[in-house]
Amino acid sequence: MEYNPKTASAGDRLFDIAVYAILTMAALATLYPLLYILSASFSDPMAIVKGKLWLWPQRVTLDSYREVFGNADIWTGYRNSLIYLVVGTTINIVMTTMGAYALSRKDLVGRHALSLIFTFTLIFNGGLVPTYLTYKNMLGLYDNLWAMVIPSAVSVWNLIVMRTYFQTSIPYELQEAAFIDGCSNIRTLTRIVLPLSMPIIAVMTMYYGVAHWNSYFTALIYLHDGWRQPLQMVIRNILIQEDMSAMTGSGQSLMDQMLKAEGMKYAVIVVSSLPMLLMYPLVQKHFVKGVMMGAVKG
Amino acid sequence: MASGTKGGAARALLPRSIRKNWDLYLLVLPVVLYFLLLKYLPMYGIQIAFKDFSAAKGIWGSPWAGFKHFERFFDNYQFWTLIKNTLGISIFQILVAFPMPILFALLVNEVRGKWFKKSVQSIAFMPHFLSTVVLVGIVMAFLSPTTGLVNNVIKLFGGDPIYFMTEPSLFKSIFVFSDIWQNMGFSSVLYIAVLAGIDKSLYEAAMIDGAGKMKRLIHIAVPSLVPTAVIMLIFQFGSIMDVGFEKIFLMQNDLNRSSSSVISTYVYEMGLLGSQFSFSAAVGLFNSVINFALIMIVNQVARRSGTSLW
Repeated sequence: MEYNPKTASAGDRLFDIAVYAILTMAALATLYPLLYILSASFSDPMAIVKGKLWLWPQRVTLDSYREVFGNADIWTGYRNSLIYLVVGTTINIVMTTMGAYALSRKDLVGRHALSLIFTFTLIFNGGLVPTYLTYKNMLGLYDNLWAMVIPSAVSVWNLIVMRTYFQTSIPYELQEAAFIDGCSNIRTLTRIVLPLSMPIIAVMTMYYGVAHWNSYFTALIYLHDGWRQPLQMVIRNILIQEDMSAMTGSGQSLMDQMLKAEGMKYAVIVVSSLPMLLMYPLVQKHFVKGVMMGAVKG
Repeated sequence: MASGTKGGAARALLPRSIRKNWDLYLLVLPVVLYFLLLKYLPMYGIQIAFKDFSAAKGIWGSPWAGFKHFERFFDNYQFWTLIKNTLGISIFQILVAFPMPILFALLVNEVRGKWFKKSVQSIAFMPHFLSTVVLVGIVMAFLSPTTGLVNNVIKLFGGDPIYFMTEPSLFKSIFVFSDIWQNMGFSSVLYIAVLAGIDKSLYEAAMIDGAGKMKRLIHIAVPSLVPTAVIMLIFQFGSIMDVGFEKIFLMQNDLNRSSSSVISTYVYEMGLLGSQFSFSAAVGLFNSVINFALIMIVNQVARRSGTSLW
């Protein structure tokens, strides 16, 4: 039965109008702040401060971007964040795939007990301070690369979603056939299961990657040295603590510096967020296939 | 008899199944080690909540102190403020923010136009990819009394600028509404997937019976979301005591502290900034135990209605 607007009752038509109206408003309310930021980043800070900017850039200039790209801390932060992202996500994907594959195998003795042990950590944990002391004093996770990537090596949620994907989307007979042909588990995983799992791998890469790029908490607690700080910690100084020492050219008037800082905020938001905002369209196609399946059935 | 033989057979089988499948155990080993070392080992450190921890003596060697640290926390003048703020933000969040993705999913599910549906969803997803630092930065920039967009509008209409970020009574609303802006769209994915899985014949039957769109929404779509919503709600209750440290910490300043101090920020201040390890571990444990109890209770209640975690 196809929906036909011409034969629809008055109530149904009213319903449709309401649905479209509410969703349009929701979309505009979501989009407007983002567009404002984009416009502000290309505008003369004076126009922003005076309230001249509503939607389109006012007195277009690239000064704010010049300020951002001229800032050494931002470059260091960008480089550090990239390293944490690449190393961290690689560890995430390898660990999650191995764990999820093993848990998806019916012949893994004790797999239910293992699932329970893993899931329990979702509802109870050591708490901030015992965790901090253990990581720092017993595991040596402090002020080094490992402190940024090991604590979040596996997410229980993602492990469950991926296990469910392996169980529901990859025919068990295919794996059985591989075993009969003499394949080991590792060979079955890399030759049979993984090539069929690209949608879920893409989605997991996005999830883990965004989490690494956006996190500041681990750095706040486990990093001490300034030169190791990720981008989020650097922009925290600019956006939230309004640290003006990050500004170039100290010989200017206070007013000038304040204006520059104001413009720089918007440019720094764009520069730091764009990579992640561009990531979603890349995996969108897989997102629907991959996660929905794992999530709904899990 | 039968069970005895079965047990014996299983015991005899166990080593062989492991021997045959050794590489399967090799695959799961790093993951098991991760959970033991990174998740369970810190639980062993919880004992410092009952000790007087000193770095020189270590976790095991520090002397026992009983419930001293817990008593100190309960007697603390800040205790009730912390509880009130923590629960206040959480409950506000559950009442206002939790239903939003469900409503959004119900509306999106009614849209027939593919282009419109896709556009609305893609736009709604976008803020989810912003970091907490950026989100709080945006909120602060927009709400700034001197340069922010919101106050520019207020001034345009002749009003006086509002000092949003330093006004304690506005803290909760700013926290929750910025969260809705950021996460409503993305959190709706799960519900949209459930709605997409509804058997179309249900709708057809309802149409033949003359049910309008509103009726179909209430009698078919809403009930189908209940199990998923209940599961999500259980998890919400399970984290009621640790409302997002990351965001509150960034939004906090000396002037709004009377409504922005929550247990998690207090633990951070006392423990990591003040080095009162045992005391803050006790506060943290108190927090974890309440969370654990809540998730158990809510799950128990939910089980009676047929949906539960286990």
